[in-house]
Amino acid sequence: MTVVQARHSGHKGEPDVDMGTALAFAPIPSPVLTASGCSAFGQELEPFVDLGALGAVVTKSVQLQPRSGRPTPRMAETPSGMLNSIGLQGPGIDGLLADELPWLARRGARAFVSIAGTRVEHFAELAGRLRGVPGVLGLEVNISCPNVESRGEVFACDPVAAADVVAAVREAADPAQPVFAKLSPDVTDIVSIARSVTAAGADGLSMINTLLGLVIDPDTMRPVLGGVTGGLSGPAIRPVALRCVWQVHQALPEVPVLGMGGIRSGLDALQFVLAGASAVSVGTAVFHDPSAPARVHAELAEALAARGFGTLSDAVGYAHR
Amino acid sequence: MTDPGGHVGHHGPLLTEPAPRAPSAPVQRVVEVVGRRPVGAYVELTFDAPEVAARAVPGQFVAFAVGGRESAMLLRRSIAIAGTGEGRLTVVVAPHGPGSTWLAGQQPGATVDVVGPLGRPFPLPEPGTPALLVGGGYGAAALVGLAAALRERGSDVAAVTGAASADRLCSVDELTALADVTVLTDDGSAGRRGWVTDAVAELVGEVGVVYACGPMGMLRAVAELATAAGVPSYVAVEESMACGIGVCMTCVLPVVGADGRTRFSRSCTEGPVFGGDRVRFADVGTLTADVVGAAAMGVLPA
Repeated sequence: MTVVQARHSGHKGEPDVDMGTALAFAPIPSPVLTASGCSAFGQELEPFVDLGALGAVVTKSVQLQPRSGRPTPRMAETPSGMLNSIGLQGPGIDGLLADELPWLARRGARAFVSIAGTRVEHFAELAGRLRGVPGVLGLEVNISCPNVESRGEVFACDPVAAADVVAAVREAADPAQPVFAKLSPDVTDIVSIARSVTAAGADGLSMINTLLGLVIDPDTMRPVLGGVTGGLSGPAIRPVALRCVWQVHQALPEVPVLGMGGIRSGLDALQFVLAGASAVSVGTAVFHDPSAPARVHAELAEALAARGFGTLSDAVGYAHR
Repeated sequence: MTDPGGHVGHHGPLLTEPAPRAPSAPVQRVVEVVGRRPVGAYVELTFDAPEVAARAVPGQFVAFAVGGRESAMLLRRSIAIAGTGEGRLTVVVAPHGPGSTWLAGQQPGATVDVVGPLGRPFPLPEPGTPALLVGGGYGAAALVGLAAALRERGSDVAAVTGAASADRLCSVDELTALADVTVLTDDGSAGRRGWVTDAVAELVGEVGVVYACGPMGMLRAVAELATAAGVPSYVAVEESMACGIGVCMTCVLPVVGADGRTRFSRSCTEGPVFGGDRVRFADVGTLTADVVGAAAMGVLPA
């Protein structure tokens, strides 16, 4: 990490761009975050990136109870992407509060905690448990994971169900913690979902979650994944993600957007910023390059400087103007 | 789940402890290929990688990015470390898909992005404990460093290596320099005709610990033979991994932990070395009700 970290931590070659931004009303020093489900709870990335220098560590989605996740196989490589069917394996909220969040707080890393559940009350209870927890910057409400019991029928596909979850979370959550709703691209009109959840109190939107996909093994002639279908991620979905950010920012320009979906380089991140994202998450790219979040930050700063931007915020939504 | 005298596994008292963490954190480096040698069906690659080599201990692996900077193959390829002498890192690549074929085709002078060393090493026994090492196919490469470490600590080392055919054997010369080696092939094209388990059954009663690396079916058979003989065994598994560093959660196996409870454990960070009597081989690819967190998935005890 010699080169990457030196550039990230204020080496003399660093371009003079103000990279400070915010997740709604919560300021962050970098617009680059990890993505939920792609960096566990941050600990494994410590050898490769300065976690405290990231905008935030977005945790793997936590639920009320520990979850084993699905049986293997859980993964299939696809062109410029991958299909996963993990099934939200995790320690549950008790484990998160006892172990993972204190670990992040001790390192000065901001945690953006992804919460998930199967009922509205589950989400609200999780938000309540996270009130005032040190180091918790905000909440990302995962209403769009495809690897859950109801498969494609996730909250984020129904504007009313999505709004019910978000309203309950916003009411239960710490007022100092912004609540972002994570949306699914697997809908006919993502703008209508975005309108519904922001009207219900979402402080911002995370876009996008994975797309539901399938791979069949030509030798066994059966689906590869133990869970049959899985979530498609990686650069293959980047144009879809960018389109979603573009459409929502065009319709709701005042709503903060955390953009994600196949970001691998600073120029990829720049596209999301120009489309309207005020911060980005780097997800599947971490599997390929564990130092990717720090590298993307440095490359984005260089790209903004090269285009004459003095601040990141000047570039947010620039492509619409 | 546990009794006062020790932990109880799926089939009785456990003979092993979970493998401890490695002494050093991994690094990510772009390293140069300095040697390439076809070995039967495989390719042995050597890299100038002093920082990876200096940190590595036997049983660990490295994870390569494949296909170059703009590669459409996003997932790392995880491969056991076969040697680490003089600042160099050696691995044996078995080309079977586009990624491993790309890696095996790299020539001296090429550079590759590598992360490592990764995973938990083989726990070493009391000095002088006689040991049996069992390698299937290219899995034998992972045992060379272990054989050397055991010899240094005064162990007598016996090794059994097997493969479908002679061209799929690996590291026989390296192991022969360190151990009393028995070679078997399915077709008799080298050594004895038969399976490694034939020789393991003959030798397991003479040793105090068994180590194995190879395909899952072989690991299961070797672990069962060792456990039945009352001998602790440690297996290095080959599960498909996306990242190798513990963040993707794809490489899990049902493994009995220190507290006697079974969890879906990551092969990369909680393995690849597991106690052979802790891996629930029969339940791989399924979710049973006694796995921690199964209830939240709707899988409940009958």
